[in-house]
Amino acid sequence: MEQSAEAMQNASTVSSWAILALGVLAAVGGAAWVMSRISADFRARNTFERITSWVLLACSAVAILTTIGIVFSVMLETVRFFGKVSPIDFLFGLQWSPQTAMRADQVGSSGAFGIAPLVAGTMLITLIAMFVAGPIGLFAAIYMAEYASDRVRSIAKPLLEILAGIPTVVLGFFAALTVAPALRGWGESIGLTVASESALAAGLVMGMMIIPFVSSLSDDVINAVPQSLRDGSYAMGATKSETIKKVVLPAALPGIVSAFMLAISRAVGETMIVVMAAGLAANLTFNPLEAVTTFTVQIKTILVGDQEFDSAKTLAAFALGFVLFFFTLILNVIALRVVRKYREQYD
Amino acid sequence: MQLVTNSIITPPNPAIMAERPVKIEARNVNVFYGDKHAIKDLSIDIPDRAVSAFIGPSGCGKSTFLRSINRMNDTIPSCRVTGDIVIDNKNIYDRDLDVVQLRARVGMVFQKPNPFPKSIFENVAYGPRIHGLVKDKTDLEETVVTSLKKAGLFEEVKDRMQHPGTGLSGGQQQRLCIARAIAVNPEVILMDEPCSALDPIATARIEELIDELKQNYCIVIVTHSMQQAARVSQLTAFFHLGNLVEFGDTNAMFTAPVEKRTQDYITGRFG
Ligand SMILES: Nc1ncnc2c1ncn2[C@@H]1O[C@H](COP(=O)(O)OP(=O)(O)OP(=O)(O)O)[C@@H](O)[C@H]1O
Ligand SMILES: [Mg+2]
Repeated sequence: MEQSAEAMQNASTVSSWAILALGVLAAVGGAAWVMSRISADFRARNTFERITSWVLLACSAVAILTTIGIVFSVMLETVRFFGKVSPIDFLFGLQWSPQTAMRADQVGSSGAFGIAPLVAGTMLITLIAMFVAGPIGLFAAIYMAEYASDRVRSIAKPLLEILAGIPTVVLGFFAALTVAPALRGWGESIGLTVASESALAAGLVMGMMIIPFVSSLSDDVINAVPQSLRDGSYAMGATKSETIKKVVLPAALPGIVSAFMLAISRAVGETMIVVMAAGLAANLTFNPLEAVTTFTVQIKTILVGDQEFDSAKTLAAFALGFVLFFFTLILNVIALRVVRKYREQYD
Repeated sequence: MQLVTNSIITPPNPAIMAERPVKIEARNVNVFYGDKHAIKDLSIDIPDRAVSAFIGPSGCGKSTFLRSINRMNDTIPSCRVTGDIVIDNKNIYDRDLDVVQLRARVGMVFQKPNPFPKSIFENVAYGPRIHGLVKDKTDLEETVVTSLKKAGLFEEVKDRMQHPGTGLSGGQQQRLCIARAIAVNPEVILMDEPCSALDPIATARIEELIDELKQNYCIVIVTHSMQQAARVSQLTAFFHLGNLVEFGDTNAMFTAPVEKRTQDYITGRFG
């Protein structure tokens, strides 16, 4: 033991000297090589441009390859998961209780991997969030773009965008410790039973979180509507609100739709708030006062703590991740297409 | 340097004024953009049922004055207008005047065609709808068709009323905008360089149209083309640096302008 430690020590000393020597060698060699290349007809600019483009390409490649790598590994694990649980049961099953699969000694330990309760929970919370963020975000955007004076706008817009910078974990404990108890208190006072972790609390706070996503994108597209259209409407004797309702918003509609879709994909992928405020119970319900659970919460729950890597339970996280990824991908693709189409209209 | 004198108003041809009562009466109008004095103490009488052309070098205030006739300047925060503009014995800058009503009576066509991103039908139906001018659907359809006919566009679009107005050619779009403006039965139509984005053939069609429309409307057109002013207008006003230099019978002005500055501009010596 002691010997080997000593050997290790020696080896590391040697290697650090070797690294130093190699570094010096590289520097000297490099300098010599560079000196040898300097000549009157060496086109440094062209070389520089070429190298720059390679460096930039390499950076883009890293980003793209990472994405591809992640998608592939998730996909592989998903395929393994489907070796243990049939895709039909996964996609259409009504019960989600991956915990049972852990107890190998138990009879019928296959667990239940139906994602219906997660789909319902995710949809419910997203819906509540959009009910909050949709109108508020859109109206805030209309105010910013059409009514606010430059002074108000220059102050209010950054303030609104600060909301997007609040760490979601902060919003999460705000939801769990402030909003949820308040809701329960109100519910009790009017005779409703509200679970202490409810879809409503998580949805409301998530709605707050995505307001800036809706408002700042909508604000941009409303601003992009050409002034000449507004002038045309005013010249017809339309009032400001008529102009906004009948000309500006219809013209900006595709952009607003895509803002909504990006906000939805943000809401679907959000984890911290739902982990803290929506609960873990995989109830198949559309009652916003009950606790529900979402894709992201289940992925997090499954992967926190020790587990065997090839159990159906662990692999289920990858399958969930894959479904989630697929869903947000589709939303984003649709949103981008709508935006692109909209751009063509005016340029 | 000699100070620019105030406007000289050549008495317009009495024959023109006699058969055409004054529609728009501007008195001592000043327009400011912040500190910039864009229209300087301008007075003018614009007759009904005739085409009056505004000419003058770029930046002299033609559009500014035109926009003050339907109070479109209200939409520019820095803009301030003083003086009186009276249309049909009513000062349009009175406190109690309803701008919505005013703009229904004084229509406007812009330099660049600006159809709404809606169907051809909906573009023309826009005004009648917001002003509640039609009782029912058939009434609306009739209004749309008549307006398109008056604008000389109906034959070209009758089979594609539901197609987007933005899909028409530039000239067609401009006629669509004219149809949109006349669908609310205005009394005055203001046109700010309506042909500057169009080719000669489309321009000729619009000029024909203006000639027909003058039977029923008071038309004011801003143009950079002397030929166009000479072709379509009965009266011409020459603007320079925010002043109305000369206003009078078009033929007289193009053959024998009173002011040296007018002559210089018309003959292309500046501007
Ligand atoms: N929104 C505005 N804010 C500030 N100044 C303006 C504004 N619009 C016009 N002006 C100024 O007022 C003056 C008159 O402009 P106007 O647009 O009326 O000129 P014009 O005669 O129509 O010119 P053109 O023939 O180029 O259209 C110009 O000096 C212009 O810079
Ligand atoms: Mg102009």
